[in-house]
Formats: sequence, structure tokens, C-alpha cells
Amino acid sequence: MAASDTPTTGSDWPLEIYNALKAADVRQLCYVPDAGHSRLIRLAHDDPAVATTVLTTEEEGVALSAGAWLGGQRAVLLMQSSGVGNCVNMFSLLQSCRFPFLTFVTMRGEWAEFNPWQVPMGKATPSAFEIMGVTVFRIDRPEDAGEMAAAAARLAYDSDQPIAVLISQRMIGAKKWTEAK
Amino acid sequence: MKAALDRRAAVKALLQDRGDLLIVSGLGSSSYDVFDAGDHPANFYLWGAMGGAAMIGLGLALAQPSRPVAIVTGDGEQLMGLGSLATIAAKKPGNLSIVVLDNAHFGETGMQMSHSGLGANLELIATGAGFPSVSTIETLAALNAFRPKLHDLSGPHFARVAISTDHVDRALPPRDGVFLKNRFRGHLGLPVN
Repeated sequence: MAASDTPTTGSDWPLEIYNALKAADVRQLCYVPDAGHSRLIRLAHDDPAVATTVLTTEEEGVALSAGAWLGGQRAVLLMQSSGVGNCVNMFSLLQSCRFPFLTFVTMRGEWAEFNPWQVPMGKATPSAFEIMGVTVFRIDRPEDAGEMAAAAARLAYDSDQPIAVLISQRMIGAKKWTEAK
Repeated sequence: MKAALDRRAAVKALLQDRGDLLIVSGLGSSSYDVFDAGDHPANFYLWGAMGGAAMIGLGLALAQPSRPVAIVTGDGEQLMGLGSLATIAAKKPGNLSIVVLDNAHFGETGMQMSHSGLGANLELIATGAGFPSVSTIETLAALNAFRPKLHDLSGPHFARVAISTDHVDRALPPRDGVFLKNRFRGHLGLPVN
């Protein structure tokens, strides 16, 4: 059985987030792929002004973001909630050097989840960020996405803060596990 | 390991005439070696973030494509971030070099043998990850021959430098990350507030 990778979406909220990142002059976007981020990833790949980097594991993106800032560029990391735990020790780099950091996290394990293996890290995601000093925002409604992304970017890059924006699984649409007839 | 290079002499030779080179050093002895070779605002010394040195280098290299960037790190630090070699090779930043000082041991924690001492071949791993330029450096002559590659913007380069396990005294660079970050950005003419 092949699962569909196409999430059901109610609006073009990925474009709203992308426009906010562009307005904030984000020049590097790195990711561990997630179906919920697929449109954002495509938008970045199609944009010659943004350097995209596919990662083997999420903490690479924390380090890359720090390096980009050292060199004068703003970076953003896209991942799903299962990757947040991988980043925990690398978040020390952000605190030790007061690096700005911005990540968008698609949530799994919280809304109509089919795969029980996604639940533990999904439940622990907000607290995993918080124990390491990362401020957590959450988007539950598509119409809030653009404004939330813009505010998160301001707080991250202008106030040197580490910010995670969680995107609710309800908003992404539960992954379809059966082929359409 | 007796024939291997002295780490301090090797790093000093590597960074001789450094020009506009930007350097990120991996935690532990690699940071001490880079500091001992001569403190510089374009040195970013890591005291943590184990496994992350090469990726900090990638973000920096992408942001500063006209400046050569060198990562100087140890075998243990690089082994913790082996996936980053695949990430860097996929991106192929011409201005990035990864230099691994390999003594086949975890020197900072009691000299336990590392994977490179237990059979892992870092050059083969880098080659397999897709690095187009991979060097093995076991002599000062080979090191001197490699040095121009740090500046040629035709990378990414990967080099393993075989170093001795002989004891060298610690040389401790500044530990304040905010200071190091702002000093580095100031060197590049970037805002630091």
C-alpha cells in the first residue's frame, strides 16, 4: 500500500508563509522533507534568490542557520515534529551565542493520526523546544499563517530570538493512507 | 602514530598566509590548535555543538560565496556529523573546505579510540558522500601542497590530516559565544546589535 503524500489544504497558507519569509529577507531555506511542507519547499526551489539545502537530519539545520547568520544571511529550517528531538543539544548553540533562529514545524501525532509511532514526539514537541529556551508559536487557522510568520520572523531576526512556529496537523490535513479509487 | 604530524605544527602550517580565510573550529583540541596558530576575528571557535562544525561552515559558505571558508575539526567531532558530509557534497559550495585532524582517538575525554582508529576510513566516507576533492595528508610536504586548495574556491574539499596523539598543552580561546559571534560579524562589516 502506498500512502498518498498529498495533504488536503483549505487555503494557500504555504504561500502566505513564503511571502512573509521573503519580506523578511530570508535567503537560505533548509529542510528535512515533510508532505505538509512540500509546497513551501517547491516555492523555495523555484526561487533563485533562496539557497535551499536538503538535510540528512534536523540538527544540521540548526547549525546551518547559525552559520548563515555569521555570514550575514537569514535562514529558516522546515521540519516535522518527529525531528525536533534530534535538535535538542544543538539548540545550545543558539543560546550560547544568542543566534536568531526560525523554524516551521508541521505537527504529527496530534490530529486524526494513523501512525502511533508519531505520537510520542508530537506530544513532546512544544516542551522539547521550551526546555531549550526556544519560544513556541502555533498556527491553528490558515488565515493566521502570514501574520504569524511575519511576527515570528521579526522576533527572531530583529530581537535575536530562537522561534519555532508549529503548524497544526488539523490544518495540514491528516495523511491519507488509502489510495483514491 | 609516531610518524604522524604534530597537531599544532600542522594547523600552524595550514593557516599560514591565511589571507581572507574564514575559519570555524570544532570543539576541543581543534579550537585550541586554531587559537594557538594565531587568534583572529575571522575565527569562530566552537566549545560545543558537537557534530555541527561542518554545517555551520556550509551556512557560512553559502552566505559568503566569495570568501574561502575552512572547517578545522577532529575525527570525533566529524564522526558525530557524518550525514553533514552528504549534505555538503549535495550542495557543493566551491568555497568550503573540511579539514579533519585525525588522531583516531577522542582526545578530550581520555583518549578512547574512535571509529577512525577502529577501521572507519574518513576519505572513503567523504568520497562516497560525493566530495569531488578528497586528500590524505600525512606529511608536512603534503600539507603544504594542499594549502592552496583552501583558497582556490574550487571545492568543496575534504582533507584528513593524520596527527599524533602526543600531548600538547591546552591553549584556550575565548568562550563567550556572543563575543565570538559579534567579533566575526564585525570583521565582515555586518551589524552586531
